[in-house]
Amino acid sequence: MTAQLPLQGDRHASGPSLAPPALLRAVLDASAEAIVVCAAADDTVVLVNAAAAELVPALAPGSRATLAPGAETFTDVVAGRQVHGRRRPLDEDHYAWYLRDCTEELLRAEQSRAERARTEFLAEAGRRLSASLHRRRCLRTTVELAVSHLADAAVVVLPADRRQSEWVRLVTGGRVEEGTLREQVLAEVPSLEDALAGFPPIPSRWLDASQVPGWLLPGDFGPVGALLVTPLPGNAEPAGALILARRGAGATFAPDDEMLARIFAARAGAAISAAALYREQVDTTAILQADLLPPQLPRPDGVELAGSYQAARDALRIGGDFFDVFETAPAGGFGGPTTTAGQAGGFGGPTTTAGQAGGPEAGPGGETVIALGDVCGKGPEAAVLTGKIRQTLRALSLVERDPAVMVRVLNRALLSAGRQHRFVTLVVGTITRAEHGRVRIDLATGGHPVPLVLRADGTVEAAPIRGTLVGVVPEISVHPGTVELAPGELCLLYSDGLTEARGGPSGQEQYGEARLHDALASCRGMPVDAAVERIRQLVSDWVHGGVRDDIAMLAVRAPARTKLSLMDTGPAGSPFAIDARRGERRNRAR
Amino acid sequence: MTAFTSTPPGSLDDPEVAAEYLRLVGDGDEYGAIEVVNGLLDAGVPAPRIMLDLIAPTQGRVGELWAANEWSIAREHAATAISERALAAVSARSAARPTRGRVTVACVDGEWHALPVRILGEMLRLDGWRVDFLGASVPGPHLVTHLHQTGPDAVALSCMIATRLPRAHAAITACRSAGVPVIAGGRGFGPDGRWAHRLGADAWAAGAQEAVVRLARDWPPVVGDPYGNGFLGDDEYTYVARHRGDLVHGAMARLVAEYPPVAAYDQRRLDSTLEDLGHVVDFLAAALYVGDPEVFTDFAAWTAAVLEARGVPATALVAGLRLVRDQLRDFPAATATLDAGLTRIAG
Repeated sequence: MTAQLPLQGDRHASGPSLAPPALLRAVLDASAEAIVVCAAADDTVVLVNAAAAELVPALAPGSRATLAPGAETFTDVVAGRQVHGRRRPLDEDHYAWYLRDCTEELLRAEQSRAERARTEFLAEAGRRLSASLHRRRCLRTTVELAVSHLADAAVVVLPADRRQSEWVRLVTGGRVEEGTLREQVLAEVPSLEDALAGFPPIPSRWLDASQVPGWLLPGDFGPVGALLVTPLPGNAEPAGALILARRGAGATFAPDDEMLARIFAARAGAAISAAALYREQVDTTAILQADLLPPQLPRPDGVELAGSYQAARDALRIGGDFFDVFETAPAGGFGGPTTTAGQAGGFGGPTTTAGQAGGPEAGPGGETVIALGDVCGKGPEAAVLTGKIRQTLRALSLVERDPAVMVRVLNRALLSAGRQHRFVTLVVGTITRAEHGRVRIDLATGGHPVPLVLRADGTVEAAPIRGTLVGVVPEISVHPGTVELAPGELCLLYSDGLTEARGGPSGQEQYGEARLHDALASCRGMPVDAAVERIRQLVSDWVHGGVRDDIAMLAVRAPARTKLSLMDTGPAGSPFAIDARRGERRNRAR
Repeated sequence: MTAFTSTPPGSLDDPEVAAEYLRLVGDGDEYGAIEVVNGLLDAGVPAPRIMLDLIAPTQGRVGELWAANEWSIAREHAATAISERALAAVSARSAARPTRGRVTVACVDGEWHALPVRILGEMLRLDGWRVDFLGASVPGPHLVTHLHQTGPDAVALSCMIATRLPRAHAAITACRSAGVPVIAGGRGFGPDGRWAHRLGADAWAAGAQEAVVRLARDWPPVVGDPYGNGFLGDDEYTYVARHRGDLVHGAMARLVAEYPPVAAYDQRRLDSTLEDLGHVVDFLAAALYVGDPEVFTDFAAWTAAVLEARGVPATALVAGLRLVRDQLRDFPAATATLDAGLTRIAG
């Protein structure tokens, strides 16, 4: 066999230029690549260079080469090393395996892949955790991320509040679960109390996973192989603790895993505690806002009311414009305003409030006082003054029905408060129900845009009142007036944010009174809330996005008589046709 | 109708019920309309059917009647207000225990068609969701503030008019940046919701029923990169959007030159002409933003129909489109879009 090897063949046969076999042998041995030459017939090894002998000691000349028979290349563990081989035919009777030790290379690639996965995980964690300021969402995101990269199960336990601890849990393939625990049982989870107290995490290998209490994970989770408990760092105290569990007897958390979990926990903790801070702030603001936002409107008998308040681009939605409605008990019954102010429904978008069915109704003889105004300035200071003015008007409405007197008294009250450079413009009105479904409004203005009246024939006129602004000089001039609304007619109180809204094709033109007149005229025949909504819409279209100033509107309408000719429900000529039919229909329905 | 009122309605299969309900909302008869829905509830008709098969289609019909110039704008608005109250009456009589997550329902900034989303909100509530209804035209910052305060599992965002698409894109991106997935709805997002997907919405639903079904299975999805879709506007969009005022005024000036009587228009007619030209530019900008001329051609066809119903010849609309186009000679996509609109009107 050996005689057939080219290296050991006839040295003279190929002429004088051929290198001597010893030299070729030395060349092969000097190669870093491992070379194994085999006989094609029976895969017997005929030559092994030095590198190959070192890499795969079992391969000696004369032995059988058992490397991937038939294959052109292979990558496999040979003699404890990762070896890559490729096979090349040499001549008809021989082929060679060229072998490379790629153990280190694969290890580096593996490390690089793991590093990249960690980086991607932390980047995703950073993005998703920073997205929300809502605590529950942050908690859910935390367990979702933890289960996707770190463990088979993740539980976040929050510090106990009134002896109860909230928790959020997710197991691979499951859904996020939430609940609360009694504080006493927390000690049953190894090192959980330490983590909640803010101590650095104890390495996973020191924790006895078999001590995990049954309640921590679902019954079908199986035996916990490895446990890791990491504090979630917070502002002054930990925001909670993250418990990670891996399934199966052989499971572990490697030091790299623990480090990754700590970095992740730091980010999750920051997000959760930021959300908690935000929530505290929101709760506080909500309490302050409750008295400053426009009220839920009452639905007094025989009058339709609708209001709209649109704050300038301000997430807190409180500004210098306000409106309010007070219902007073009938004369003699000094019971105070029967109600009104409350929190406007929902937050977020601009609000339109309309009288709600089933709301409080003024008794017969009771009056409804309306007010809409604009305090100089913006932001919290303006809002606080707004609150004071509304409270003053509320108190005044209990003892006084003349709007002109109310405006004058308010002026004196503001001046005596001693605050300089704070003034207000406002309109105050007292609504009374007149005969034949008509509604009378006694109005007084303190330097505010004059209310507009939409008549039944579609004409729009200004209320006959004028007056100077409130809170500047001791004696103000107030010229009150009265507006009478026939059924279907409407009176609109508004703030100058409406007429001064800039937009139009140029983006700079004010909406103006002429357009407001036209807009109001186009609301003829509409229910009061539809009319207010339409004006809001027209102005919004005009400014083409973002309103830059507060806009407040309050509209009073005498309910229209049903168009009986269209209704075809028989004779009913009374102005109280609606109410009459209402009762009739109710009776029929029963 | 006397015969009808003496025998309360018992079935939605009776076409007379829908006809009567339409008459009632058209007459602003709140009590009559509420009585119809109460009668249906009493007769055992499920609340979702009343919402989907009576209130919603009636609202669609109201829009058609306005477009056909049979109803005034006031009557349309009054009818909508009555339908909202009828919906509230149905809602008040149908309790549902929240068993699912929480959903925020809102209209895109500038979008005022609130009734369809109100119906959606009620449908979701009946399906066990806790619903926060923010109403019409919700500015983006208000929406995001709400999301941070309530942490919902989904935002259902409605857009009925395609000109709001760029703002819808900003809102969708903002919601997804806050980690909340978005389900889009409303015909503003185009046939099959094709533009909803382009704007990065996580899901799209053709109507309230579809949205309920979609949210009931494998929701919420994991929110991917909120900026994945990028800013869609190109140079042409940016130019048209920035120069909206110039384009409108330019078209107006040319209109006066071409058609002298315009010079004698009063402020009201001038305003409405400017407003119409503004719509042309807005729809053009939206078409350029989503890269689909259909946004514009649909608008052109619809406007032509609305004008025809009011006895306004198509020549006025054609003139408007030409006058805007003449100012955009250097912008091939804008010119092609306007030409497509002109072709659509002619065809």
